[in-house]
Amino acid sequence: MAQVVPIDVVEGGRRKKTSQIRKYAPLLIMMIPGLLYLLINNYLPMAGIIIAFKKINFAKGIFGSDWIGFDNFTYLFKTSDAYIITRNTILYNVFFITVGTVLALATAILLNEIRKKLLLRTYQAIITLPHLISMVIVSYLVYAMLGAESGFINRTVLPWFGIEDGIMFYSEAKYWPVILSIISFWKSTGFSSIVYFAALMGISEEYYEAARMDGASRLQQIFKITLPILMPVIIMLTLLSVGRIFYSDFGLFYQVPLNAGPLFNTTATIDTYVFNGLLGSGDLGMTAAAGLYQSIVGFVLIIIANYSVRLYNKDNALF
Amino acid sequence: MRQDGRGIAIFSHVSLLLFSLVCILPFVLLISASLTDQNSIIADGYSFFPKVFSWAAYDYLMDRGTDIVRAYGVSIFVTVFGTAIGLAISTLLAYPLARKVTPHRNLIMFLVFFTMLFNGGLIPSYLVYTQLFDIKNTIWALIFPGLLTNGYYILLARTFFATTVPTEMIESAQIDGAGEYRTFWSIVLPISTPILATIGLFTCIMYWNDWANGMVYITNPHYFSIQNLLNRIMQDIQFITTMDSSRASDAMKQLPSDSVKMAIAVIGSLPILVAYPFFQKHFVKGIMIGAVKG
Repeated sequence: MAQVVPIDVVEGGRRKKTSQIRKYAPLLIMMIPGLLYLLINNYLPMAGIIIAFKKINFAKGIFGSDWIGFDNFTYLFKTSDAYIITRNTILYNVFFITVGTVLALATAILLNEIRKKLLLRTYQAIITLPHLISMVIVSYLVYAMLGAESGFINRTVLPWFGIEDGIMFYSEAKYWPVILSIISFWKSTGFSSIVYFAALMGISEEYYEAARMDGASRLQQIFKITLPILMPVIIMLTLLSVGRIFYSDFGLFYQVPLNAGPLFNTTATIDTYVFNGLLGSGDLGMTAAAGLYQSIVGFVLIIIANYSVRLYNKDNALF
Repeated sequence: MRQDGRGIAIFSHVSLLLFSLVCILPFVLLISASLTDQNSIIADGYSFFPKVFSWAAYDYLMDRGTDIVRAYGVSIFVTVFGTAIGLAISTLLAYPLARKVTPHRNLIMFLVFFTMLFNGGLIPSYLVYTQLFDIKNTIWALIFPGLLTNGYYILLARTFFATTVPTEMIESAQIDGAGEYRTFWSIVLPISTPILATIGLFTCIMYWNDWANGMVYITNPHYFSIQNLLNRIMQDIQFITTMDSSRASDAMKQLPSDSVKMAIAVIGSLPILVAYPFFQKHFVKGIMIGAVKG
């Protein structure tokens, strides 16, 4: 019938659509505060990326400042800073993603072996605790450990090994890749292991029973059943982190090393560079250029990562 | 249950016990330092048991703690207020996105999702907030930028509403004459406490722990949160240790002593340490809900 009188259908469709909007207006109204917020907090700043292409002059205002094309980027990439912050951001992230995933998986598998409910809950509670503490507090903990004058390592641990002079941790860049890695794993392993643990709990006991019948050892069960079943979760979480490989845990790299100048070589990342630029030690236009470089590469990376996962298995992709 | 798992079970207990110790010991060091006599810290360094026990740091905070009480007040206000508003606007945004009937919901979904992929960055955000909205040195600077930071929570809540609240329930409520608002308030919200608790807890912790917004937008100590106060003290230490020694020793006298610093850090993390055992159940459940693809 509808095919016979197409005009009616179009008109009816339109009328239906407007009445549909009227009917469900309350649902649209509910979303207004959130959408307004996203507009202000997320979309307006996207327009602000033009300052990466301007020579900022506060007398003229941001929109009045002169355009300078890609000069900010040219300056940025001519400095050695660009290389250092890019290198650090990527290397730390690659290390954190790979080793972090292995540690979290191992912890989840260990948790899965615990049969006593109370002990299990206690372990979970304790190992997720570091995740809840602010980086400022973490920086106090680290200072209590590494401080030059009264730090635990310098005053108690090193003397055990006959080293009495102590190490000036806050002025020696070479120690920080190790220190920051330890802190990162300390803070995040327990928390990320819970996600894997949640996925583990969904595995039916029958798989293991069948495997035991066939004489599989516990280790074989882990590698042949547990890990393959966890694969989708592992892929999804890795994908999320790869998409953010140009971002860093800003608190970890800024707060914990106390933003100390001598450590720049091993602790500076794109995030800390931008933050320092904003708080006054850098050129605002160039800093904005660094921020834009980060956003765009991050965006491209997450698209590529997602696309590669789609090729491999559609269900594991994010979008 | 698993006869062949004995060795592995013992190995698991030992490893997890060691890991738990590693997680707890730094806090023990912190608490111990706050309870150690200042001269003992200078003489022996920080240690896991106070060599010379003293309440002096906490007495000092009690007597002269107006800054701290104020910062605590700021932290509590920001946490409570920010969590309440954040939770309200994110559930109000997520629920219509979960309803199949919402007009243009795919477009709006995309707008939310896109914020997770691309952002203007810190500098443009700073300029928008300071030049356009002038929130520098106001309490809003501590609340507003954090309200909906994570688009992931919206996706999480949307999935929860879509999968846990049966469409029939909504329809029958509306046949009985409930409007959209009433359905949401009296039918949907009461059965959605797990997701509300999850997002609420994460937001709450985020607000309590936030120091970056304070550092960027607040220069007036009047609006320092407890994290910003701690941050400022730590920066001063760093500043002084890099100064030349004659001026440094003068400046050093102005600083709180080591035990006082550690005591402030202890009371700064206290709410989380105390409240954690109570919300741990929700927290683990929350991470598990989070494990479900949004």
